[in-house]
Amino acid sequence: MSNAGSYEERLKDFDWSIAENELGYHKGDLINIGWYCSDRICLKGKADKMALYYEGYDGIEKKYTFNDIRLAGNTIGTFLRNLGLQNEDRICLFMDRIPELYLSFLGILKIGAIVQPLFSAFGDESLFVRLEDAQTRAIITQRKHLPKVRKIIDKLPFLEFVIIVDNDQKKTLEKKELPFDLESASPVENFEIFPSVAETPSLLHYTSGTTGQPKGVQHVHYSIVSQYLTTKWILDLQDDDIYWCTADPGWVTGTSYGIIGPWSMGITQCVLDAGFSAQTWYKFIEKYKISMWYSAPTAIRSLMKAGEDIVKDFNLTSLRHLASVGEPLNSEAVIWSEKVFGKPFHDTFWQTETGSIMISNFPGMKIKPGSMGKPFPGITGAVLEPKTFTPIPDNGKIGLIAFKPGWPAMMRGYWKKEEKYREKFVNGWYLTGDRATIDKEGYFWFIGRDDDVINTGGHLVSPFEVESALLEHPAVAESAVVAKPDEIMMEVVKAFITLKPGFESHPDLELEIMNFIRKKLSSMAMPQEIEYMDKLPKTRSGKIMRRVLHAKEWGEEIGDISTLEDD
Amino acid sequence: MEKMKNEEMKDLILNYVIKEYLEDEDKEITYDTPLISSGYIDSFSMVSLLVFLEKRFQIKIPPSKASPEAFDSVNKIVELVNQFTK
Repeated sequence: MSNAGSYEERLKDFDWSIAENELGYHKGDLINIGWYCSDRICLKGKADKMALYYEGYDGIEKKYTFNDIRLAGNTIGTFLRNLGLQNEDRICLFMDRIPELYLSFLGILKIGAIVQPLFSAFGDESLFVRLEDAQTRAIITQRKHLPKVRKIIDKLPFLEFVIIVDNDQKKTLEKKELPFDLESASPVENFEIFPSVAETPSLLHYTSGTTGQPKGVQHVHYSIVSQYLTTKWILDLQDDDIYWCTADPGWVTGTSYGIIGPWSMGITQCVLDAGFSAQTWYKFIEKYKISMWYSAPTAIRSLMKAGEDIVKDFNLTSLRHLASVGEPLNSEAVIWSEKVFGKPFHDTFWQTETGSIMISNFPGMKIKPGSMGKPFPGITGAVLEPKTFTPIPDNGKIGLIAFKPGWPAMMRGYWKKEEKYREKFVNGWYLTGDRATIDKEGYFWFIGRDDDVINTGGHLVSPFEVESALLEHPAVAESAVVAKPDEIMMEVVKAFITLKPGFESHPDLELEIMNFIRKKLSSMAMPQEIEYMDKLPKTRSGKIMRRVLHAKEWGEEIGDISTLEDD
Repeated sequence: MEKMKNEEMKDLILNYVIKEYLEDEDKEITYDTPLISSGYIDSFSMVSLLVFLEKRFQIKIPPSKASPEAFDSVNKIVELVNQFTK
């Protein structure tokens, strides 16, 4: 029997107080995610239960009980507090998936500061714009990422502390840099947790948009109410489960469901800090007897590509429930997983801004392969007519996915971008920027983005950011970036460029530009293909018409080109 | 193009990997160091490595052969490249 039971029954008289009661929270109480994910679990008698199994690519294994993570959070919190860091300071986590990433998350929240997680594959430019925007006071990182921080630190006057968790004395530290070694630090038993309340800021996750720089999505401690209940009902975590969320905490899935959800329930989770290979992943599932697996369509399609024979080499019978997030899960992947693992992946839909799952295939509900499922109880979802922003009454008609605001984990704003935040709401609806249809049984079916943002392997990439970075390459005169279809990643970045006088397209230039973007922004922002053009399609007023290039890549109708400039 | 000796090829690829993908200057890698499963090179970055190999050795590696496993060490990459060079 699943935790949720019947979806239809759950819809009746739903109230978020169900989660509040289970968490022992009453309106007006103090609420701190760091405490809920560690101290509270210990107080409930699970201090010795395993909270985290970690395995690195080099075979290093570590494990932590809930008491261990409570102490680690206290110890890191004390270290940060002794530096003078305090509530509402932005502290960036810039690490691979090592234990210190997860444990620092708790420590930062315990002092009331705001966690700013950033994906460690970001290049120096991506890192810079996010740290500058947030006026981040401290960054916690690893020795291997220090060169990127050093490149930009002089341009970041607000950044006072660069904390290195694995300094082995080989590297001479420079100004603002200081080491912190959790293993040799004295564990702090008693710690005064910052008295945060429901609306106290907790996280600042950055997300990319079509235009402008990335936006910092602000969340608060009360988000745990949504994250707890959706973890319990949709991911269906049960006390003896061993859980694996493959997402990196640099992205919202990795914090909402890679830290807060499972640990607020006192669930044991596993972390694998290694690159993807089918063999490595299956071996990991077998070794730790993982029972609940939350992954992404790109990974599932990569496993499909690796074939079915390899699956037979491993004992994967521990798997009980599977779910997916990040991009639409194609029906072939659902059918394949049912055939190979004996269980279907349950698609879930949500965003950095929503903070928790909004639409999903509930455990026990009939799965329609390729469908996103239905809204979580308490969530009012609709597809809106794009001109009037009113719900479309006809089944099967494409509209904008929107939700009635008010669930606990919903973002509270875009950092210092009030106007951008307000633009997300029309007619009392929160607009997701995605398009879908709803069938007659109420299932949502994803169609695509409503803007130019590229979803590659579940990561959103702003074409504007890539185009701007391309223009910084000495050979590039103009650039336009669009999504290109890809069998595994769903979409990948493709760049169209014109060259400055004196430069010619030669065999090495494409590679040079690719690596330039990879190092500056990130590997997922790197164009997987570059096409040289004599001129880019533009309107008569000189604006590059991305949609013409997009249509070319997708084999679609170009549409109205009356504003296209003449030759 | 005259076929390059395996040892030369290994050094060329190893040096390229170190220069382009390894941020940790303290880390030493060998011909057998896992590159993909270690996370040194992610699945997105594999494409730039593929472009490098195709351009440098004037070969075409089909997508079906460009798997994470085939790219997982310098030695494995050399094996892969050898399949497509005359």
